[in-house]
Amino acid sequence: MSKVKNNIKLSVFEVRIKEDRCKGCQMCLFYCPGKCLELSSKLNKKGVKFAQYKEKNNCIGCGFCYFICPEGCIEIYQK
Amino acid sequence: MKVKFSRPKSLNDIETHYCAGCGHGILNILVAKVVDELGIREKTIGVAPVGCAVLAYKYWNFDVSEAAHGRALAVATGIKRCHPDKVVFTYQGDGDLASIGMAETVHAANRGENITCVFVNNACYGMTGGQMAPTTIVGQKTITTPLGREPESGEGWPIRMAELLSGLKGVCFSVRAAVFNPQKVMQTYQYIKKAFINQIEGRGFSLVEVLSPCPAAWRKTPLESMKWIKEEMVKSFPLGVIKSG
Repeated sequence: MSKVKNNIKLSVFEVRIKEDRCKGCQMCLFYCPGKCLELSSKLNKKGVKFAQYKEKNNCIGCGFCYFICPEGCIEIYQK
Repeated sequence: MKVKFSRPKSLNDIETHYCAGCGHGILNILVAKVVDELGIREKTIGVAPVGCAVLAYKYWNFDVSEAAHGRALAVATGIKRCHPDKVVFTYQGDGDLASIGMAETVHAANRGENITCVFVNNACYGMTGGQMAPTTIVGQKTITTPLGREPESGEGWPIRMAELLSGLKGVCFSVRAAVFNPQKVMQTYQYIKKAFINQIEGRGFSLVEVLSPCPAAWRKTPLESMKWIKEEMVKSFPLGVIKSG
């Protein structure tokens, strides 16, 4: 479900993560089949490195990160 | 932008008190999703246990009652008998359901009360620091069994609640699920939904046992905990539908 534009793959999905809710368990990073998420270099309010959506990615909108997140802070949108 | 996956409406938009990687967070969301999906938010009454999920009433956006330790199914029986048209479920941990509340659990199941029970099995007393619970697996190290649980030295074997209750006539649905990867989470969602539908159709007592990670009490990282359930815990607690119909 991703479209090719000027030879750059652009995903039609967007993953939004509430960064201050993230507790840094990293399960979304591990279970993402396309490895579209990464750990931030910054710290959030809790003082943990939070998960964030990569700028260049090939997200297929499977929702694995959404289902496995214990905090429920991940939402997926379709452009 | 079209929303593909979003937070269920039956879940309040607040932060939980659970540790990072705790299975309770996943299961609170699954229960809220099932309530949303079946459109029963106005007539659902939950009963929260004593344990890590004691504050679950803060997270769900429907009526929740609190019960004394282990007595969630006794309280749920009272609620269901007073309000037979409501959907009543309990959400309990293993120290609550399988240890102190064993009598209430077995008798509620044996009476065939029309209640759904979500049983979160994390193989230890997570809230108090990880002591041995009745569901602790053989050889598992906890702070009260530092050499691992040894059945031969009088510590007993892990209690398999799903198999135990499946032998009772009042139980219509008994299943064991796990949440160690997204596929299993989705499967657990289907089982919880089935258990709620059984209650709406008046079939009797439904139990959904879920193997859930407790990284803080197991002294593991969240990912190691998931791996441990997949490789070790399922040997003692085989997954699948044990009784249906």
